[in-house]
Amino acid sequence: MRRSVFVASLMAMAVIGLGGIVGEHKSFVASAQEKTASTAEVKIDNFVFGPAAITVPAGTTVTWINRDDIPHTVVSTDKVFKSKVLDTDEKFSFTFTKPGEYPYFCSIHPKMTGKVVVQ
Amino acid sequence: MAHRKKDEIVHDHNHDGIDRRGFLKCMAWAGTGAFCVMQGGVLKSYSMSRLAEMNPGDMKGELSFVQISDSHMGFNKPANPDVAATLKAAVDKINALSTPPEFLLHTGDISHLSKPEEFDSVEQILKSASAKDVFYVPGEHDVLNDDGKQYHERFAKGTQEGGWYSFEKKGVHFVGLVNVMNLKAGGLGTLGREQLEWLEKDVKSLKSSTPIVVFAHIPLWAVYPEWGWGTEDSAQALAYLKKFGSVTVLNGHIHQTMQKVEGNVTFHTACSTAFPQPKPGEAPSPGPMKVPAEQLRAVLGITDVNYVRGQHALAVVDSTLA
Repeated sequence: MRRSVFVASLMAMAVIGLGGIVGEHKSFVASAQEKTASTAEVKIDNFVFGPAAITVPAGTTVTWINRDDIPHTVVSTDKVFKSKVLDTDEKFSFTFTKPGEYPYFCSIHPKMTGKVVVQ
Repeated sequence: MAHRKKDEIVHDHNHDGIDRRGFLKCMAWAGTGAFCVMQGGVLKSYSMSRLAEMNPGDMKGELSFVQISDSHMGFNKPANPDVAATLKAAVDKINALSTPPEFLLHTGDISHLSKPEEFDSVEQILKSASAKDVFYVPGEHDVLNDDGKQYHERFAKGTQEGGWYSFEKKGVHFVGLVNVMNLKAGGLGTLGREQLEWLEKDVKSLKSSTPIVVFAHIPLWAVYPEWGWGTEDSAQALAYLKKFGSVTVLNGHIHQTMQKVEGNVTFHTACSTAFPQPKPGEAPSPGPMKVPAEQLRAVLGITDVNYVRGQHALAVVDSTLA
């Protein structure tokens, strides 16, 4: 019994460790290919999208993460994309395939606006 | 000048009776005891903490009701990890009023995330209130993900398609407006053309002596547009109410007490029963304000409104939960 608990916890540690490695690997790839990054992140903090405007190459997946105590949304002004409501630490991703300007806002707090420029 | 009262209008730049700088002085956290009094005008405003000093006769009217707001059921962050308990405390306060209110007004943000169980909890807690009727308007937190369908089914049955409505109580005309739908990027709260047209018709045949109480979630006056604390087309709505001698506007959304008088219209915002928000511009964002646990209940509250027929005065009392 004691042994199986030990094995299970070892396995759990291994899984956590693996997760950590995968995560690090991803961010390493992203920073190594900064000029042709295929992912980008926008943080929502203090009722602000940061950075408010980002320029990315076509094919980039942009992920928004809500760091506020209050829920927010990410809604394209031109109805190209629309997130569900994001509670604290929840994320929303959208892949931009076509070049252009994509203004967006939080439909709950419309004073919060941002823009993704796809090249 | 030496004897000027603290909240007297002293900077009337637009010659309309409003001191845009000074009115912020009237703004107060519930519980700090700051309040505005209009005598011989439209509104009497008392702080619950001062009720003991008041003549009880002055507080009696033919109609009294209580406004509660921004319960944010489901919120569980450090600013208030138990919003159910503070809503219950608000109900206890209501039930302790010497004159039981005829009904409750809830000015929106009933829930935090529009979840069915959040709405359930609020309805359940409010069932224990002495007043059985509750009139709601939605906050932006109540219409997430489904364009307000669930809100409408639960709280706005039998109203206009958009959820706005009016009713009469003892000669007072109440209007519940919806200004949290179809918000536009960069904009403020919105009523929309359809609702404005309805409002115009709704009040057209009323006598100008009819007292009007309008309630909506986002303030119908520009409290602080930089934080979205205002409604784009509220001026049009207020234009339809110009002929009335007594208009009171009750809002929530900003989680603090503010009062302003503009001609025949008196504006009030109510405290939240969940968590306080900072004063306009005094923080980087309007996010929840964390206050020490022992102070929390002093910045949450309910508003008790007492209508005295004949004098056309509405007494608004914002009471803290402390």
